Amino acid sequence: MAEHDIELSVNGTAHELSVDSRTLLVHALRDELGYTGTNVGCESSTCGACTIHLDGEAVKSCTLLAVQADGREVTTVEGLAEDGTYAPIQEGFQKEHGLQCGFCTPGMMLAANDLLARNPDPSEEEIREAIEGNLCRCTGYQNIVNAVEYAADHMDQEVAADGGSDRVEGE
Amino acid sequence: MGIETIESKDIDAEAVLGSAVERREDPALITGEAEYTDDIQRPNMTHMAVVRSQYGHATIEGIDTSAAEELDGVLAVYTGEDVDVPGMIPTGWQLPSLKNPDRPMLATDRVRHVGEAVAVVVAEDRYTAKDGVDLVDVDYDRQDATVDQSDALDDDAPRVHEEFDDNVAFDFELGDEDATNDAFENAAHTAEVDLENQRVIPNAMEPRAALAEYKPSSGDLELDLTTQNPHLHRLLLPGVIDVPEHKIHVRAPEVGGGFGSKSPLYPDEALASWCSMQVERPVKWTATRSETYQTDAQARAHQTTGEIAMDEDGTITAVRVNTIANIGAYLSIFAAAIPTVLYAPLLSGQYEIPSIYCNVVGSFTNTVPVDLYRGAGRPEALFVVERLIDLGAREVGMDPAEFRRHNFIGSDDFPYETPVAVTYDSGDYEPALDKALDLLDYDDLRERQEELRDEGRYLGVGFSSYIEACGLAPSKIAGSLGAQAGLWENGLVRMHPGGKVTAFCGTSGHGQGHKTTYAQIVADELGVPYDDVEIVESDTDEVPEGRGTYGSRSAAVGGSALSTSAGKVVEKARKIAAHQLEADEADIDFSGGEFSVSGAPDRSMTIQEVTQQAYLAQDLPEGMEPGLEETAFYDPENFVFPFGTHAAVVEVDPESGEIEFENYVAVDDVGPQINPKIVEGQIHGGVAQGVGQALYEVAEYDDNGSLVTGSMQDYTVPKAEHVPHMETDHTETPSPHNPLGVKGVGEAGTIAAPQAVVNAVVDALEPFGVDHIDMPLTNESVWQAVNDSAVADGGTTDEASRDDDADAGGAN
Repeated sequence: MAEHDIELSVNGTAHELSVDSRTLLVHALRDELGYTGTNVGCESSTCGACTIHLDGEAVKSCTLLAVQADGREVTTVEGLAEDGTYAPIQEGFQKEHGLQCGFCTPGMMLAANDLLARNPDPSEEEIREAIEGNLCRCTGYQNIVNAVEYAADHMDQEVAADGGSDRVEGE
Repeated sequence: MGIETIESKDIDAEAVLGSAVERREDPALITGEAEYTDDIQRPNMTHMAVVRSQYGHATIEGIDTSAAEELDGVLAVYTGEDVDVPGMIPTGWQLPSLKNPDRPMLATDRVRHVGEAVAVVVAEDRYTAKDGVDLVDVDYDRQDATVDQSDALDDDAPRVHEEFDDNVAFDFELGDEDATNDAFENAAHTAEVDLENQRVIPNAMEPRAALAEYKPSSGDLELDLTTQNPHLHRLLLPGVIDVPEHKIHVRAPEVGGGFGSKSPLYPDEALASWCSMQVERPVKWTATRSETYQTDAQARAHQTTGEIAMDEDGTITAVRVNTIANIGAYLSIFAAAIPTVLYAPLLSGQYEIPSIYCNVVGSFTNTVPVDLYRGAGRPEALFVVERLIDLGAREVGMDPAEFRRHNFIGSDDFPYETPVAVTYDSGDYEPALDKALDLLDYDDLRERQEELRDEGRYLGVGFSSYIEACGLAPSKIAGSLGAQAGLWENGLVRMHPGGKVTAFCGTSGHGQGHKTTYAQIVADELGVPYDDVEIVESDTDEVPEGRGTYGSRSAAVGGSALSTSAGKVVEKARKIAAHQLEADEADIDFSGGEFSVSGAPDRSMTIQEVTQQAYLAQDLPEGMEPGLEETAFYDPENFVFPFGTHAAVVEVDPESGEIEFENYVAVDDVGPQINPKIVEGQIHGGVAQGVGQALYEVAEYDDNGSLVTGSMQDYTVPKAEHVPHMETDHTETPSPHNPLGVKGVGEAGTIAAPQAVVNAVVDALEPFGVDHIDMPLTNESVWQAVNDSAVADGGTTDEASRDDDADAGGAN
């Protein structure tokens, strides 16, 4: 198995690491770098618990190889809050009871931020469609939709315009 | 419209109980700080992967582990031949007629379901462990399998366990068979349905995982586990791996959902523990999703004939139920209880039914074992009851809501003893139905239904007036029904010298927000600020005893244990206050965290001041021990019986079979709500799973016992677009069976929703003569039902509905 030296910027911090060709990005993040907020639910890109942002766009890290992320910017749930202040999406999930067991929540929030970056004022239907790649088994989704609506209402124009997630990547 | 959450700093100390305070669990979960089992790393940690049977039924002719053993990074490969401990997974429930076959943690000579563990590989990293699994060569001789529970009872069916004469696991009955038969013979009206409550897979988002570290020097076993009941694992493991209970420390870190599936002890957790004893290093095992499909306990799996008898005016006189329950290949922990004592006693529903008889035969099949899943037995029972109620109403020509009201147990009749061995604590069923009717705008809805039918559109409304038995505990009753462990709960409340509080409970939350709701209970009882109370659970070293979280028992049993222990703290503190205030104990009032002398409110001490004195211990009543903490082992006198009425409104396209939700309303009575926001969230989540069962979810096997729906791409876990918007409301009828009056909410949605949806679809298709469709209601099955009924019942539908049929564009 070939080893590869790669560089990852995670939440604005640069990391150098060696990975096997077959190492999945999610395992590099979790097992090698300790960003365990990103979860593995299905290893088939179905459940979305492993959703992160790669160069500002939501991707599923359980079916990407770590080498594919070489030299790129990663945002995980650990990078959402800024200076101890929750991002609007985090605040929304807390205020609207958008989580119960919390396992899908990191991926759900990153998927939602991707939506809000493209569409700062989504309808309920658009929110439900945008998170269809993220499964939740606890909440019945209704409060997740409310949480995303809360975040949309509480994102200032500037943040919404430049994409929400970029805000933390620029740390 | 949701319930506003309240920040903890904004809650009034007097109103902490019943406040929608925001969850204190959330900050760690929304920042990624929370630690799930697979997040934990230990120095020198190894990884275990499991070789599993790909066959439903086969004999093992040989296992070649040599190639795996030679792989770099593989530490050890074990088969059943290596197991030097008892290694048998026990069951936790007995029935008089029960056959209880051995269930090895590693199969030696025969595998009986797909996914059964055959060998394990321990390696330096998870990838290498999986490589090792691929290199283990198992020589199987495939055997004929039996997967359908009815077919399994045939004389010539392949036997799952060759030591038994047949595949009957148990034969259980409840109720008065003769009286029920008489009632049917004398009935003015009867209705009957053959239905299947299909097998489903719980699918908690976090796969099961275990991290075991055995310390040879001390003989201690540290076990981090995705479990709902750490103490139950500690109780059961000693008999499997031969480590005594007091040397086992089980901790459930953050647990990503369970829904019952993280209650049983599985072979995997025992294997990880045993492997750690062998390699003398920490061993981590984390299931892949395909492993969760093949090994997590599956659920429901009933085939039932249900019958209802009524007199002339639509009064129910009897219900008769015959069920064949699929148990799977082995008896999992609660397997014997679910289709029997958690099922048959609920068959009275919310109705006064003079005679009920139920027979349940459990059958072994070459499928994954069945165990708890949200509701466990009660959804199966209420599905039968509420489908029969709709069919009964149709038979006597009554509106289904009125038929329900006509047959409800009266609000003055509680406690109410049913003919199926339970006594309902309290209830008032009409207000919940009325609220649901209001939310639906029912009269208008029926008018619209008529109008739309004239346009060839098919709207349907379906009710589900459910009841459930929660607060699983009364140890004496549970024991008489077959439980092999006491099901009380343990609470300990410790006031610290500085006046803050730590409360310990033997339940084990996994998403329900216990640390929030329990703190509300304790803060209220002690009259201290909510933020001063810390809750600890899910750790057998921190909490000496407990029984865990399942069956909606946490608030009613765990909450009551905490409330009782906090009450004991107050009583000791009252003695200290009386002593120091030089008053008679009977004259000490306690309110808002302050002890005062009756009639002299200026002579007072706060509970924090009393606590300080309790630890200072210089001026305590004669003979009193210092300190201020109390323990309660709370064992309730009976179950609690939450109830409610849910209703679904759907539009069905008979041509395509598509179902679209127009509305879903849920009115639940769970007694006083500790935290309305959390209650609402539990209802939402439960309904989503119930809708999932109604419309999408089914575990399917082929004739060989291969699981056809073995991944998330084959088994539909509902997505955001699949779950309707829900309107919730509630009534409040306290239970007299516990000090908080609470009933339990976790399973209400899964118990209520399936039949609300099925009844709605069947109602929509009434013009076509459709009277039942089995779940899941796929487009195809709905279309098929319309098609079949239109053909078979063409002569029985009236003129108008045949016109509708024609208007619909010819469903044939």
